This record gives sequence, C-alpha cells and structure tokens, in this order.
Amino acid sequence: MIMEATIVSYCKIKNNTIWVNGEKINIDNNSVDFTAFLVNLYRQMNLNYPKFFKMDNLCKLGILAAEMVIQNNSKSENFEKDKVAIFLSNNSSSIETDRNHIKTIENKNDYFPSPAVFVYTLPNIIIGEIAIKHKFTGENAFFVSETFDPNLIHTYASIALQSSHTTDAVCGWVNVDGNEYEAFMYYIEKTNFNKVGHGLNMPHTAEMINELYN
Amino acid sequence: MITYLGANNIISPLGFTTAQNLEALAQGEVAVKKQQFHFSKSVFCCSKIEDATLNNYFSAISNITTYTHLEKMCILSIQDVVQQSVIDLKNKENLLIISTTKGNIDVLEGSYKNMDVNRAYLPVFAKMVGNYFGCAITPLVISNACISGLLAIIAGKRFIENGNYKNIIVCGADIVSEFTLSGFKSFNALSDEPSKPFDKNRVGINLGEAASSILLSSDEISAIKISAGNSANDANHISGPSRNGDGLFNAVTKTLEDSKTETIDFISAHGTATEFNDEMESVAFSRAQLNHVPLNSLKGYYGHTLGAAGVLESVIAINSLASNTLIKSMGFELQGTTHELNVIKKTEQKTINSCLKTASGFGGCNAAAIFEKV
Amino acid sequence: MNDLIETLKAQIIEQLNLAELKPEDIDPNAPLFGDGLGLDSIDALELIVLLEKHHGIKIQDPKDAKAIFASLQSMADYIIANKK
Repeated sequence: MIMEATIVSYCKIKNNTIWVNGEKINIDNNSVDFTAFLVNLYRQMNLNYPKFFKMDNLCKLGILAAEMVIQNNSKSENFEKDKVAIFLSNNSSSIETDRNHIKTIENKNDYFPSPAVFVYTLPNIIIGEIAIKHKFTGENAFFVSETFDPNLIHTYASIALQSSHTTDAVCGWVNVDGNEYEAFMYYIEKTNFNKVGHGLNMPHTAEMINELYN
Repeated sequence: MITYLGANNIISPLGFTTAQNLEALAQGEVAVKKQQFHFSKSVFCCSKIEDATLNNYFSAISNITTYTHLEKMCILSIQDVVQQSVIDLKNKENLLIISTTKGNIDVLEGSYKNMDVNRAYLPVFAKMVGNYFGCAITPLVISNACISGLLAIIAGKRFIENGNYKNIIVCGADIVSEFTLSGFKSFNALSDEPSKPFDKNRVGINLGEAASSILLSSDEISAIKISAGNSANDANHISGPSRNGDGLFNAVTKTLEDSKTETIDFISAHGTATEFNDEMESVAFSRAQLNHVPLNSLKGYYGHTLGAAGVLESVIAINSLASNTLIKSMGFELQGTTHELNVIKKTEQKTINSCLKTASGFGGCNAAAIFEKV
Repeated sequence: MNDLIETLKAQIIEQLNLAELKPEDIDPNAPLFGDGLGLDSIDALELIVLLEKHHGIKIQDPKDAKAIFASLQSMADYIIANKK
C-alpha cells in the first residue's frame, strides 16, 4: 500500500540567510557570528523559550528551523502529536560540542567536565529538543551521512507514513562544524483524501526534496 | 514479507564470537571490572577490550596500524557474519548499517599519533569499515543515543520489507574513552562496582565497549524473525527519563499491536542500573501489563555499550530464543522498583517463542522490537 | 556575604546559561529549583561543578545537594561554612 504524502512547509538556514517556503526572511543585523545570529533570530521570532540559551548551537539551529516549518505549516492544533515523527540527519554528528567537552578535560589541573555540555554530545538531542518543545512523541531516527541524502530520508519517512502510527513528520538536515552550518527542514503529512492538504501541498518525492534543498 | 535474523557476532572482553560470549554468560562471567586509566587517579568499573587481544585477532586479517581500535572491532565483527553467511557486501542488494554514538571519539581526543583527524567524523569512520568489505552501497550510520543499535535493526527490517535491500548487516559498536567516562562521571551516573540493574541497591551504570553484528534477510536464513519494531519519544527531558514511562510504553504498545503476537515469553530490557531509568522501565512494563514476564538486563555483564547495546542484546536474545534459555539478569538480588518485575534470577531452560527487546536513551528516545520463532 | 551572593548570581547566570536573567532578578531567599528559576536536574549537576571549579568545594554526597542548592542564600552559607 502506498500512502501518498505531501510537503507542507520547508525552511533553509545557511550563510546567515533564512528562506521559509521559498521566501527569504529578513533578519536584523545579520553581519554577526553564528551564535549571535542564532540569538538574533530567536529574539526576532519572539519565542520566549529560555531553554534555548542552554542548548548548543546545533540544537539552537535545529529548534529554530523546526519552529519555522511548524509555524508555517498552517495546521491547527487539532492533530495527534503522538503520530508526529522526527527524522533528521547530518554530517558532523555533535562534533562541535564534542570538541567543547574535550576542552574541559584536556588540562588535568583544570579538569571540570560539564554535564550541561556533555548532554549535547549526541546528535539526536536535537530531536529530543524539538519533541519537548512541540510535544511530538512519535517515531525518531537520526542518520549521519556525508551529504544530505534526499533518497534516504524520503524512503525512511515514506515507510513510516505507511503505518497507522505516523501521520506527520519533521524531516531534514541540521549540521554544525566550526563556523560552517546548514539547516534544511521540511514538514510532511499523510495526504488526507477528504480534504485539501495544508500549506504548500507539494508532492513528497525524493526529487522534490532535492529541488527544495538546492 | 518477513525479515529473518541470521548469522551474528559479538566482540567483547568475554569473547570474539557469539558462541564464546554465550559460553561466558553461562559460566556467569562478567566483562566489567575495576581498572585505571592514564588520564585519571580514579578507578573506573567498566569493560574494555585489550589492545593486545584485539591486535592479535586483527593481525590475522589486516594491518593493525591502518585502523583505529573501533574500526578493528567493527571489521572483525562484520567479517565473522560475512564468513558465516557468505553475504557479499559488494552486491548492491546488500547494505551495511552501523550504529554508534561516538564512533572514533578517541581520534578527536588525540589518542593516536598518526591518524587523520577526519576519522572522528562518523561518515569517514563508516567508509573505512565499508571499504574493507568493498561495500557497493555507502554504509548507513544511525546515531540515536542508546537506542541506536535497536533502531538500526528496526530500520533494517523496514528497508528489507520495503524492497530496498535483500540482506542487511547491522553492526553496533562503541568504545570506552576518557570522553564518555568523564562525561558520565560528571552526571554522577557511574557505579564504582559492577552495576546492578533493577536491584534495590543499584547506584548507576558501568560503561562497556563492544561491537556486535547481525544479518537481516528476506531469505529464510533462520527460524527467527523480527515481527515488529517502533520508536517513540518521551518529549519530557533530554537526559532524564519520563517518570510515567510514556515513551517506552508507547513504543512497546505500538510494537505489540503491529506484531499481533499473543504472548511475550521474555523481555530483554534496557536496564542501565540507574535509579531513574530502571524505575521508568518498571512503570512502562507495568502499564503494558508485562511486569509478570521474565526479564533480564545484560548490563550487569557487559556494562552499557551505548551504540552497540541494542545489537549485542538482540543477538543474545535471539540466541536465547534458539536455545530456549532464559539468561540470569546479573547483579539483581532485591526488588528495587515501584512496580515489581519478574527479573530472571537463575539461568534456566524453558520453551520460549517470543521476545520483547527494548531500549531507551538520552534525547527522550525509546525503541521496542519483537523477535519470534517463525 | 553580600559580595559572595553577587558573585554567585553572576556565576549561576553564566554557568547555567540563564541569558534572559539579570542578577537583580534572583532573590537570594527564593527557591532555585521548582518554579523559581526553572532549573532542572542538569542544572543541579552543573551547580556541583560550579562549587568545585570556582569555590574549591566538593560535595561528597550528591544527596546533600538538594539542601545546599535550596536557595542562593543556602549556597552561600554552605560555601562559607566549608571554605578552607
């Protein structure tokens, strides 16, 4: 049984530039470093979510990209959050925070590993942060690949959507390595044959995902 | 379509084949022991594969200086499965999935003199392992905290039943490093003694290292199948498990529903031996009305092998099914959870046909799968 | 004592990444956990590191942490009582 799905919304964040559903979003004061850029974006979005400041940059980037696609998916609150899956991927796992944890244990005379840093040394913590903020308790998977692999994420999400346990999914790529970063996220839903789909209502195919990514 | 579970391997301090490991478990041997490392005055109770032992095995097949500790563990483990099954990874119908949390983290720590630092990136590490076998398809890496291994098996089942691949070897592996020891110590999560999953006096985890591999196939290669598998998130806290066991309960419930299995004969639990994890599992199993089912945790033998755990514990569970053996949950003496669990106190023979395997991890993730005799 | 309280405020804001808070927002006698500052279990562990790193005090039994970190005032009292 092939259950068709549609892409409802998508977002790209790269080089201090943000696109949501294909439109460029203006951000105040974008000529700043990555962390400052993330904080500026957070403030501009009026998120009022103090936990944001506790996150590492990978999670900050992921939570903002997820917020963009969820705020712009034109869905009401009336959907089953236990059926929303999160499937993400990247190249560098949590390497930036791994380096930060190593810094805390390099010097034997100043050896203070920080639990608040260590907890972010797993890439799927981004999934956890998105799940907590939006109460999405469905399926999870974090893949690590050299470059964004539209076929992989499309296949895995399509299989999940064939099950009655999953109706929606937040999918994409969130990578941070040194000063290089990139987020590409999109929201998909199982096509509801009785109603018109939400948002962009684009076909969920690997080709379409690749086109939106590039 | 059915996904069969076939040839398998475990590389651990208890042995370099599944058979050696099963024999050690039968003798009540444990891999965790107190040991000291160059980086700390503290004594850590953990399980570590000796370099000398590993190199001894590895030198029979390749150059020991070309690969990292973890890569050697993975290659030996996969090699055993390839040899047993004659599966050719050069064939595009076959895929290698690697589950790991930290990969070559010792490379990032600077533990090697002449190792390209890029090996710390998981895709580069996976390629090193994949290239050894001439993989036609780039190995797929799943890094999803402590459910990585079980999730990789579930993903493998999905790809096979979706027709993407005919055979999939899943290899789970992680090492014990200063990185993880210092991190878990800062969490006050480490036990100084061998851990005691589900016991009243449990105080925390032991870390362990292992690599474990298993073949999944659409061909009828064995008499055991994976009948269902799902994941679910607690959406509660990134490091603390949900008090009401929501995520694990949901993963288990979905999996029971999908498998249509009437009875579960035993549970291979996650059981890390932290106060909160084991308590959470007791709540979830009780809610699912499974608390009477015989259950074990293998963490008392191996410690927590992170990305390897889900594969290693599935391999033991499948062999338990095949040999009708309920393996003792090492370290358990006294009921220590709010909801009483039927923890296996003594290894015994019993006809068993189905097993529920679960895992839970940081990031609020939980996974469950059911293995059954066909 | 007041200096110590002010130092602790700054250290807590920095170490726990409470970027939205100003030192004057923290009432020394208000509970640190629960509704107060919205701190969680990782923050509690981080406070243990803070005491060791900045004040040279190691909490031997983690079970004592709850009482020590009840409020900023109780933290300051503990530091003064245990300073070598």
